[in-house]
Amino acid sequence: MSYFSDIYKGIKTLLTGMSVTGGYFLHARKGAITQEYPDNRETLKMFDRFRGEVVMPHNADNRHYCTGCQSCEIACPNGSIEIIWDRAVDPATGKKKKKIDKHIYHLSMCTMCGLCIEACPTDAIVWAPNFENSVYDRSALTKVLNQPGSSVLDGIED
Amino acid sequence: MTDQQVQNKIKTEEYFINMGPQHPAAHGVLRLILTIDGEIIKNVEPDLGYIHRSIEKMCERDSYQQIVHLTDRMDYLSSHINNEAVCLTVEKGLEIEVSDRVKVIRTIIAELTRIASHCLWWGVMGMDLGALTTYFYAFRDREMINDIFEETCGARLTMNYNIPGGLMFDIHPNFVKRTKDFITHFKTKIPEYNLLLTDNVIFHKRTKGVGIITKEDAISFGVSGPVARGSGFSSDVRKHHPYSAYDRVDFKEILFTEGDTFARYQVRMMELWESVSIIEQLIDNIPEGETKTATKAVIKLPKGEFYQRVETARGELGVYINSTGNKNPYRVKFRSPGFSNLSILNHISKDVMIADLVATMASFDFVIPDIDR
Ligand code: SF4
Ligand code: SF4
Repeated sequence: MSYFSDIYKGIKTLLTGMSVTGGYFLHARKGAITQEYPDNRETLKMFDRFRGEVVMPHNADNRHYCTGCQSCEIACPNGSIEIIWDRAVDPATGKKKKKIDKHIYHLSMCTMCGLCIEACPTDAIVWAPNFENSVYDRSALTKVLNQPGSSVLDGIED
Repeated sequence: MTDQQVQNKIKTEEYFINMGPQHPAAHGVLRLILTIDGEIIKNVEPDLGYIHRSIEKMCERDSYQQIVHLTDRMDYLSSHINNEAVCLTVEKGLEIEVSDRVKVIRTIIAELTRIASHCLWWGVMGMDLGALTTYFYAFRDREMINDIFEETCGARLTMNYNIPGGLMFDIHPNFVKRTKDFITHFKTKIPEYNLLLTDNVIFHKRTKGVGIITKEDAISFGVSGPVARGSGFSSDVRKHHPYSAYDRVDFKEILFTEGDTFARYQVRMMELWESVSIIEQLIDNIPEGETKTATKAVIKLPKGEFYQRVETARGELGVYINSTGNKNPYRVKFRSPGFSNLSILNHISKDVMIADLVATMASFDFVIPDIDR
């Protein structure tokens, strides 16, 4: 007898479950959350704090905030940042001052931990929301963050 | 000869098969060496090391701020709770007290993490037992939590939001609203989960009486988390050794005494309600205050040993730091819940069917990088 009652209960609970899925099937258009990526590239907006890659913003005159202090390089747990720096004579004071030559960022090694950005005293580096980072060659993921010919804004001290 | 006599006469030979390291029913690269007699399992030998990244060794190289982000990659479904464990240990060593605001925010996010983790487990548990639908429903709801994390922390899984001394930055202005929306939404969805899977008779037949762990075994094997509580072993760190804001919220420790797969399933389902209730108690009155207690740029722990345990979604995570007073720890050891829970698998899987082993493993909710580290 329990054999038949088992079959009955099995079918009954199956139908209970199907009533849930059936309910969604009938209201399929309501509350659909699927995003049609990549067709929605134009309208897709990531959250402000989204960690995509580290970038260094430059202003219209090709100036940035990086003094070459190397705090980010020291903070990084896996050596994703290399700072190549130089000394140059500061025209205002006539003294030699540290300046950034190349801020090299290895995106391929970065774990998006955010420690470099926390460590930067002048907020020279920030997160960018770009997440489409697949490339054919690994070397394309090694980036120089300061643009060629750029220099640090006047009056930025670490 | 009767059938029985014929069967006794036919000798079957035991043989080995590998379950994993790449197996659709194993959640990651865990290799189980099964000794089987027909369909009956005689011995289960877990073989580890396929995703060993020597996180403990790497910690000896890193500064205390840098250790935190490595623990994201242990039990990635409880990443925030792992981060919290390391931060609490370091804070203990430095003898600094974080503000109430930090404690409450950490607790809320930890409980959201727990819900997200249990959602994923629920979907995958159904899938392991042949009910694919659960996966989609669970992921729909988990997505909302991931959005909350992404907006506040910047990442969905490996968040690295905690730092020794507090939080990396304050919560996003939308955080409270989004969390409340989620809670309202999720409270209508848990009954749906029950209709879909919990009440299903086929599911009962697959899970009831399967993989029974007695309370004595649970204690002697060092099992923790929902697995231990399914056997009636009261082991919730949040209850027994409250940390962060758990001492100011009211919640029940879920205990079941059957010790079978279905009991472990029920523990997690009830824990969803408890997590929801904890968040509801805290979300409306997040105290004002600092989100960071200032620490030195180079943290040096005093000479000595420091230990802190927390309750992750899988069980008890212990962080042991041995410091010689340098800027790097001398030794770091993680007592991960998955590793201890795995140790009992052989004990309870003798003379069961292979399909029952799959059900048992699903109810253990293994995250393999947590076992291997
Ligand atoms: S986000 Fe972390 S891993 Fe990446 S460059 Fe910055 S410090 Fe290094
Ligand atoms: S990016 Fe910031 S931390 Fe890094 S060298 Fe430049 S100023 Fe220093």
